[in-house]
Amino acid sequence: MVPLTWYLILAAFVFSCGLFAALGRRNAIAVLMGIELMLNAANINLIAFWRYGAAPAQNLDGQIFALFVIAVAAAEVAVGLALVISVYRNRRTVNLDDLDLLKG
Amino acid sequence: MPELPFPLPTVQQVIFSMVAALTVFGALVVVLAPNLFHSALGLVAAFFGVASVYIIAEAEFIGVSQVLIYVGAISTLITFAIMLTRGMMFGATSPRNRQWGTAAIITSLTFLVLVAIVSSVPWPAVGEPISQGHEIIAGLGRAFVNEYVIPFLLLAMLLLVALAGAIVLARDYK
Repeated sequence: MVPLTWYLILAAFVFSCGLFAALGRRNAIAVLMGIELMLNAANINLIAFWRYGAAPAQNLDGQIFALFVIAVAAAEVAVGLALVISVYRNRRTVNLDDLDLLKG
Repeated sequence: MPELPFPLPTVQQVIFSMVAALTVFGALVVVLAPNLFHSALGLVAAFFGVASVYIIAEAEFIGVSQVLIYVGAISTLITFAIMLTRGMMFGATSPRNRQWGTAAIITSLTFLVLVAIVSSVPWPAVGEPISQGHEIIAGLGRAFVNEYVIPFLLLAMLLLVALAGAIVLARDYK
């Protein structure tokens, strides 16, 4: 079998990529993609710990949490992209460096 | 035949490595590609890789859900949003914002710390074998209508409200 460490390191890498996209990209849609990557990394961890936990065939909490995360991610991306489209319609840009209305 | 200094990888480990390489490649394309469409395609590759990881971990239902929801729905939504908001985003402007250097340092430190923590713990190398795989999907269905019924209904409500809110936000009031 694949060691649990491999799953965790893969998840750590995907999470780091998502974090970089969320912090360092300029386009709002790229930031949303980074958030999706981070949620996927969390799901990899949930599934890996479910598989290597006690009695995986009876104890399904990890899979159920992963399904909840997928559903919440779907809701989040719908609202996020609607916000991006609304911002684009009002400001003609989705460049995050230019969206500084709330800057004091 | 001389003894190898390390045990040969099993078939499952080889497949996992290939799938993980696909996921890593997709994630890197998402982060580094200057063109947003290339980022979206990398995202699809990463989603497929993650779905395969689920299937290798014997969570087949989650893997299929991943393909349906992420690859089928979320990627399509993201592609539509890119097409609706394109224009000046494909020009001489850099794909990174002003703080990307700090972000790179922070994320590489995060990765290194996570790897250090993960590899310092003696995790179990093998999980318990699953003999009755079809029981898992039946168990998921039972759990959603028994002990997790309230979160399940709340989730349905959340999805309804979020999608209605998305329509209201994206509507053109003119």
